[in-house]
Amino acid sequence: MKERSRKAFRLMLGVFALSIMVACSSNDPEPDETDDGYVATPQPLTVPPIFQRLLPPPIIPANNPQTVEGIALGRKLFYDPILSGDGTQACASCHKPSTAFSDENQFSIGIDGFEGTRNSMPLYNMAWNNNSKFFWDGRAASIEEQALGPVENPIEMHNTWENAVGSLQSNNEYPELFNKAFGATIITKELTAKAIAQFERTLISANSPFDQYLLGENSLTPQEINGFAIFMDESRGDCFHCHGSEFNPLWTDNIFHNNGLDAVITDKGLGNVTGDPSQDGWFKSPSLRNLAYTAPYMHDGRFATLDEVINHYSEGLVYSETIDPLMKAVSSGGVHLTEPDKADLKAFLLSLSDPSFINNPDFQDPN
Amino acid sequence: MKKIAFLLIMAFIAIGCNSDDDSEPEVLGCTDPASLNYNPDANTDDGSCIFERNITIAFTQTWADSTDVTPLNFNTNLYINDARNLAHITRLRYLISRIELHKNDGTTVAFDEYQLVDLADATTLTLNPALTATTGDYTGISFIYGFNEEDNISGEYEDLNVADWGWPEMIGGGYHFMQMDGTFIDENGETQPYNFHNGTAANNGVFEANHIEFNFDMDFTITNDATIEIKMDISEWYKNPLTWDLNERSVDLMMDYLAQKDMNRNGKTVFSIGAITQ
Repeated sequence: MKERSRKAFRLMLGVFALSIMVACSSNDPEPDETDDGYVATPQPLTVPPIFQRLLPPPIIPANNPQTVEGIALGRKLFYDPILSGDGTQACASCHKPSTAFSDENQFSIGIDGFEGTRNSMPLYNMAWNNNSKFFWDGRAASIEEQALGPVENPIEMHNTWENAVGSLQSNNEYPELFNKAFGATIITKELTAKAIAQFERTLISANSPFDQYLLGENSLTPQEINGFAIFMDESRGDCFHCHGSEFNPLWTDNIFHNNGLDAVITDKGLGNVTGDPSQDGWFKSPSLRNLAYTAPYMHDGRFATLDEVINHYSEGLVYSETIDPLMKAVSSGGVHLTEPDKADLKAFLLSLSDPSFINNPDFQDPN
Repeated sequence: MKKIAFLLIMAFIAIGCNSDDDSEPEVLGCTDPASLNYNPDANTDDGSCIFERNITIAFTQTWADSTDVTPLNFNTNLYINDARNLAHITRLRYLISRIELHKNDGTTVAFDEYQLVDLADATTLTLNPALTATTGDYTGISFIYGFNEEDNISGEYEDLNVADWGWPEMIGGGYHFMQMDGTFIDENGETQPYNFHNGTAANNGVFEANHIEFNFDMDFTITNDATIEIKMDISEWYKNPLTWDLNERSVDLMMDYLAQKDMNRNGKTVFSIGAITQ
């Protein structure tokens, strides 16, 4: 009897609450107003087993949780040229899935035909950038902040956010999609960047032959295994101090180094951002995943092939005042790997490429 | 008038009686309800109250106890070691684990956290352990430079993995204990890099633990929240007992068994306990 009356009470309470909600929504004079209580459908990142085992949880800002609607919107925006000044370029123009979300150019060309000065960065595993510094020079403190940059960059998408947001607002699809993702039909650049960041966080790559080897799912060739030994050998490759290991499957330290490219630093990199001249010529270590797809290499795309990269560390190091001391063999140009060692190292590096990442149907153009 | 006198007498009696009635036995103990050993029956505080206090560990560095080496100046100073090498530090990171405070009653406050101190990140110079310490007298502080064998397990610590702090498996695995990188002026006047990295010592496939246990006997009393300073004298790595000449040994030291053992020998005088402030 008691149980029944409690149920009846709950039912009444529910009806009462519903009537308030109905009343409120019918009274709402401004359908465009943000509904602060709105929650889209949560969709936490699927953490791959190798990351689960070795890495901290992904970094998701409290004010931008991953949602089904937010990711879908971000994906649509990522591929939509609507954000550019003349409607010809999308994020994906320079960050294509087939090249691990980089492109094949040394420098990408913006809408006005101008060339940039840095190589388009590949995009993956960004939610594990524990350093939270994005771009080659670390000038953005979050993915959301990073996503704001290219739209207004005059040599990239050369738009204003005011104009970009206006285009989205007057589009016949986007207001509803923003409403579903954020409960807001007034589009802002912040919400646009949030959606793009949500999509970018889903770009996870952890299924290379080397990952499968670590999981005991396949074996590597003797050449790849020897290449890994060279990579981990302080007196030969000594790559692991900046580029991860079997226990850091990001294959980058996500911090900044001068790796001995030039005697005279023309692009100051991190030093330009921090104003600290001791950091001139420091750039973020890129991950070694997906090298099979991300040529050319280095922050300025100067090396067309992996062989050139390996030769740089082997024989081509150049001294400058801010060179990282980890480039220890600079006085003799490098560590002077033998040709067989170079070939094996390259074979190992290519085992970190993940075809399932670039072909993942969830990451392709939805438009 | 008589009435007034009577009332006065009665009042005196009443007061007198009252004071006689209140003579409950004195119970000594801790009368502070906020303490760990509050005694609700106690009516006289005997100073025995014990409180939980937060401990902060502050990691500081000096060169020869004379120059403070801080996140602001570590990579701009020049240092002269005992071999007369003029050196510059670009990067200094080191690992401290198993910090313990020893009480005079024989118990130990064993903090769970390890700390990767990185001079490029000022936030890593303080550790706020989750465990509290109780007020009272202590007889010592101990900690481990690096990880002991039980803790030095490859891949075990997510934050250290992502910091690229691993020590290669081929030379014993686990983690670096220290990474000190920089440049020095060699005997020909040329600038040369050095990589003073320390971890497990590998001797032809035999791996030797290479951490250092520090145990400082010292009497101190915790009364309030306290900050305990763990000091590293960087110059000691290069001088005691062995004068370390970077001209002879500067790079490729991780796989060099003797270099690893010599670092361990010199490391024994590197750390000390500085100020305890509360």
